[in-house]
Amino acid sequence: MDTHFFKLAALLYLIGTLAYLGYVLFLKGALSKSATMVVFVGFASHTLAFLLRYAEAGHTPVTNLYESLSFFAWMVIGILLVVQLKYPVKVLGAFLSPIALILMLFALALPKEIVPLAPVLKSFWHPFHVFFAFLGNAIFALAFCCGVMYLLQEHQLKSKKMGAITQRLPSLMVLDDLNYQSLKFGFPLLTLGIITGAIWAEYAWGRYWGWDPKETWSLITWFLYAASLHQRLTVGWRGRKAAIMAIAGFLAVLFTFLGVNLVLPGLHSYANW
Amino acid sequence: MEVIVVGLNHRTAPIALRECLAFQEDTLPEALHQVNALPSLRENMILSTCNRVEIYAAARDREKAVFDLKDFLSQYHHLSLKEFEKSLYSYTGEEAVKHIFRVASSLDSMVVGEPQILGQIKDAYDIATQAKTSGLILHRLLHRAFHVAKRVRTETKISNSAVSVSSVAVDLAKKIFESLERKTVLLIGAGEMCELAAQHLVSGGIEKVLVTNRTYQRAVALADQFKGEAIPFEEMNMGLKRADIVISATDSPQYLIRHDQVAKVVKDRRQKPIFFIDIADPRDIEPKVGEIENAYLYNIDDLQKVTFENIKDREKEAVKAEAIVEDEVVQFVTWYRSLDITPTIVSLRKKFEEIRKRELEKTLSLHPDLSDKEKKSLEALTSAIINKILHDPVTLLKKANEEATADLYLDAIQNLFQLPGGAPGSSDPNPDPGVEEVEESVESNELSRN
Repeated sequence: MDTHFFKLAALLYLIGTLAYLGYVLFLKGALSKSATMVVFVGFASHTLAFLLRYAEAGHTPVTNLYESLSFFAWMVIGILLVVQLKYPVKVLGAFLSPIALILMLFALALPKEIVPLAPVLKSFWHPFHVFFAFLGNAIFALAFCCGVMYLLQEHQLKSKKMGAITQRLPSLMVLDDLNYQSLKFGFPLLTLGIITGAIWAEYAWGRYWGWDPKETWSLITWFLYAASLHQRLTVGWRGRKAAIMAIAGFLAVLFTFLGVNLVLPGLHSYANW
Repeated sequence: MEVIVVGLNHRTAPIALRECLAFQEDTLPEALHQVNALPSLRENMILSTCNRVEIYAAARDREKAVFDLKDFLSQYHHLSLKEFEKSLYSYTGEEAVKHIFRVASSLDSMVVGEPQILGQIKDAYDIATQAKTSGLILHRLLHRAFHVAKRVRTETKISNSAVSVSSVAVDLAKKIFESLERKTVLLIGAGEMCELAAQHLVSGGIEKVLVTNRTYQRAVALADQFKGEAIPFEEMNMGLKRADIVISATDSPQYLIRHDQVAKVVKDRRQKPIFFIDIADPRDIEPKVGEIENAYLYNIDDLQKVTFENIKDREKEAVKAEAIVEDEVVQFVTWYRSLDITPTIVSLRKKFEEIRKRELEKTLSLHPDLSDKEKKSLEALTSAIINKILHDPVTLLKKANEEATADLYLDAIQNLFQLPGGAPGSSDPNPDPGVEEVEESVESNELSRN
């Protein structure tokens, strides 16, 4: 049952993404508005799928790659909807919704059966860990998009082209501010994600930290964002440098989340399909 | 009745001549009355801006009216017609309608797509309405022109891009800072160029103006004008640290602001972005400054290049706008051709005759046992009723037509009996909100005419 709603959500995200891209091409405000509506309905359907699966499985349904990808996409869309309420950045949808869509399509290709929870995953800390980690990741996805947009816009302004791209992208100030806000919220969440993970590891494997590849890479990611935040607060790293850091940080996030599972063997490999 | 335009604009006349023929706003009503006193026309309005002087009129006799208007311009401005006749253009009928629609849509402007012209036409129309020199035809024509202008504005991208150097600068600033609110500008130099640029930024929302100049007194004078602050020339770096936007326009032969200096300032500013606009010739700011991170440098050539590109874009959009105008001209002309008396009477009779026939047939089919004689009587009776009813209105129309006052009646009849060829947009449920007040004053005007 839940997979029907999941597929419906994926379809609506696809329509929403196309409408957002259409907005970027034709600059018709109605397209961007309807895209947000469609994506919102998709989000509701996705939430329903999540709740149904929770009821059926009896535990937080973020235990294998399919579920994780779906949860990640759900968070990304949630962030998109929240940011659009506060910031007048209409093109954001054209950047964030494709990310969610790719995650959804990836998930669609994977087996979707509910499997009995592996004993190591049974923990009070599990829902907290996945919630913090994925919310942080979704916020970093936002920062990544802002970083890409910033570099594009800065390049336009520096090379003195005032064309279609300049017109469509938000101002540097707004992009940099969004990037900073993302860092301010994302970094503590990532930290909490790592801490709850460590506590959980203590229960599951009897040690807080074991330099398993996932742990190592999440630490690398943490250091990247920590450096970015530190530099911003001390010497005022902003704009271009902050944008590059946001992009690098998100690539590290992706590698921690996916690359480690696919490439490096380790304890987190239960998430393999 | 025919729409006519007589006038001159920035393409046909030099500014000196346009100034000679311009009308002052306070004496405009008087001029409008003088024009309306001409027997060859019935309605008129005068549009006088720095780029054009035009008289729009509804004429009884178009050739005579064009001649009279030229003569009026000559007498009113005490200028021999020979001196400016070559600069004058005149349009009548369809051409005139098209011209007015194009002017209102800013397709005939010096800078295509500039928005001021619509407001200027609205003002000119308001004055004519208050002076009671505009009537049914100009009311419809102008109302339609406003509608066309709105369509052009919303359906094409003609007014989207900035096309003056200072508006491009403001646009750029907004792409860096999002808005000008709570931003500080530093003016280097106290000349006219700086003053103009500053005016544009201040009206765009800039909060604080700093001025520095080699002669400190002049900096103080300019700063006072914007309730700003003067900075001694030697302490320019202090200003650079505080400002978000720097405008430089001095006649200094060498660079006043150099790469190393800005690199240091940006560091002291903790990388807060700074936007340099160099409008001096020769330049005041070393071009390499633009390579520094979080510093943006545009000189006058860069701004001009953007301006030209935007103008090219507008010209592309203008093609679409012309198609809209053509379409609207056809609609309008259909309406005002319908104000001819003969076709109106014909279609009025036709409508009555159709009703009579339909009702008669109904009655006859209910009474199949009527004799031929009785049927003929019924025919005669119904025809007589119609002829009696129509007799007075038709007589009045013909009389009014001879006195050239028939258009109001004709329009009323078109609407009352829903004859084909009624006014375009007359049943528009959502008239342009911008012209509502204009419409109101027109209605009161029409009442007082009756």
